Amino acid sequence: MKRLLLAGVLAFVPSLFAAAGGAEDTVKIGVILPYSGQFADTATQMDDGIKLYLKQHGDKLGGKNVELIRKDTGGIAPPVAKRLAQELVTRDNVDILAGFALTPNALAAADVSAEAKKFMVDMNAATAIVTTKSPYMVRVSFTVPQLNQTLGTWAEKHGLKKAYTMVTDYGPGIDAEAAFQKGFKEAGGDIVGSLRMAVQNPDFTAYVQRAKDLNPQGIFVMIPGGAQPGAFGKALAERGIDPRTIEVMGQMEIADEHALASMGDIALGIITAGHYDYNHHSKLNEEFVKAYNEDFKRNPDFFSVGGYDGMHLIDAALQKSGGKKDGESLVDAAKGLSWESPRGQISIDPQTRDVVQTVYIRKVEKVGGHLVNVEIAAVADVKDPYKAAMKQ
Amino acid sequence: MLPPVFGVLFDGLAYGMLLFLLSVGQSVTLGMMNFINLAHCSFAMLGGYVTVVLMSSYGWPFFATLPCAFIAAALVSVGFERAFFRRLYRASDLDQVLLTIGIVFISVAVAAYIFGTEQRPLQLPAYLRSSLTFMGVRFAVYRLILIGLALLITLALVLGLDYTRFGARVRAAVDNERMARGLGIDVDRTFAITFALGSGLAGLGGALAIEIIGLDPSFALTYLVYVLIVVSVGGLGSISGSFAAAIVLGISDVAGKYYIPQLGAFLIYLVMIGLLMWRPLGLIGRR
Repeated sequence: MKRLLLAGVLAFVPSLFAAAGGAEDTVKIGVILPYSGQFADTATQMDDGIKLYLKQHGDKLGGKNVELIRKDTGGIAPPVAKRLAQELVTRDNVDILAGFALTPNALAAADVSAEAKKFMVDMNAATAIVTTKSPYMVRVSFTVPQLNQTLGTWAEKHGLKKAYTMVTDYGPGIDAEAAFQKGFKEAGGDIVGSLRMAVQNPDFTAYVQRAKDLNPQGIFVMIPGGAQPGAFGKALAERGIDPRTIEVMGQMEIADEHALASMGDIALGIITAGHYDYNHHSKLNEEFVKAYNEDFKRNPDFFSVGGYDGMHLIDAALQKSGGKKDGESLVDAAKGLSWESPRGQISIDPQTRDVVQTVYIRKVEKVGGHLVNVEIAAVADVKDPYKAAMKQ
Repeated sequence: MLPPVFGVLFDGLAYGMLLFLLSVGQSVTLGMMNFINLAHCSFAMLGGYVTVVLMSSYGWPFFATLPCAFIAAALVSVGFERAFFRRLYRASDLDQVLLTIGIVFISVAVAAYIFGTEQRPLQLPAYLRSSLTFMGVRFAVYRLILIGLALLITLALVLGLDYTRFGARVRAAVDNERMARGLGIDVDRTFAITFALGSGLAGLGGALAIEIIGLDPSFALTYLVYVLIVVSVGGLGSISGSFAAAIVLGISDVAGKYYIPQLGAFLIYLVMIGLLMWRPLGLIGRR
């Protein structure tokens, strides 16, 4: 038994030395995502974005080798996310925490980032306040008010005067409701009614009928991506609402690629606000979509771009910090960074550490027999309006 | 012109029939055979994937895929029944639950591996997506079809289980297995066929449901709750009980969302609690 133990210890020693020797040239990134469960597809797309960036850059970030340690939260599970973040920091000694598809998980892990002074990259979680929870956190995705307040203002300026809002009764839904209504009312529009819908909701006909009874000029909707947008579109058709006569608008999920495939021609005319769509016209995006399709046999979505740009941010920050991996150096390096993403030019606001980007207003149209989101307007350099209002 | 309440009643009825089609197989396996099969929705998911793949990759018409969804789910379930489930027919509820929930998780992972984690949309022809207007109320064609199919299946099952020799064998085998064997009934085969029937119905229900509720690997877990609610409110061992429960739950859910949206999705649980307190054995419970 003793000999066995000794052998075990001896076997372990060289690997310890190896780890110590390589530590300077390796950056360890803990990726926390809901790889299984209801949000598995979100995690798949983000992870594929991460993989593509690494592949295109020779598996190096800022000249260093990269070690990714992936952890699965299994869905909305703040205590799990916090525990995983703690384990990553204390046991695996990661330099950076990244991923975070869901706001509750990001908020929980932010505590660990703040306490351990670890750089944290939010690649999706989009509630406005997320970045305020840790001074070492940077977000590369978007914020719910950034898209929806912009949409509200735009809609009023383009002829919509009386709108009805229907949102899912959960954090992002309530945020989106407030943001759209704020933008819309400040521009002079009138909210004729609002409705909050159940989170687990396979059938929308009752809600849509309720909206239709008020005969609004336009309907703003915010529901989670996945199965619900398709079901929502079908309910619109069954209850006789045509988005070309009653404006139907919302955040990008309601008209993502799968939602459009599921809805079919019902979707024509739906207006969405988004920061990314695979149809965005730019040379960089065309290359990105092509490379993504070659590797993963599907189109990227805004989650993929979140993962991709998150890696870009880490890459650029490591270069700027001169290879320093502590939270302080990395977050300082990240502030003010600006680069061209597949979605267009983006930058990191030095004050809020949040992403500044163009918000695209898109309309579902048929192009070459396919339903796609066609950009009809672009509002450049939008900062998160929620945090801007908080400061005043 | 009919008042909007008719539209709400129709949508509620159609939603109830959707719930019924998803859960009628469960009321066969759980209700008739007393076997707690939490993997029910995994078989429904299989049926859904069969339909989606046949339609998108092979260009089959929707209705032609439905029998295939039934048969595929039935065949796969017989394999599982012979290999695992039959060993647990007389085991405790907990053993059955543990085995079948394990199968649910495996099925979720397998579906994600084979079909990917994304939504697989169903592209139905336009006539199935249209709706008829009758006296100012819109009736969606697809929902009318759901209601019709649910009625047909209920009728066939009730008649089949109450009035045929096979139905008598199933009931005999469940009530007193030893006596049934003594009388020369091939209990193993009867159970295997009944189980296949229940799972086949799950596959069919899944194939019919995905147009409305969508399909991705989490299907196997997401809709399990609704299935269990329908079966328990309906009463174990009663097809017509499940039918009645599905109607009550569907209408109360849709009406609740329409008239008191603040209650949201909670109403369906309130109704369940109320009904079960009133009739602990379910609406038409036998045991």
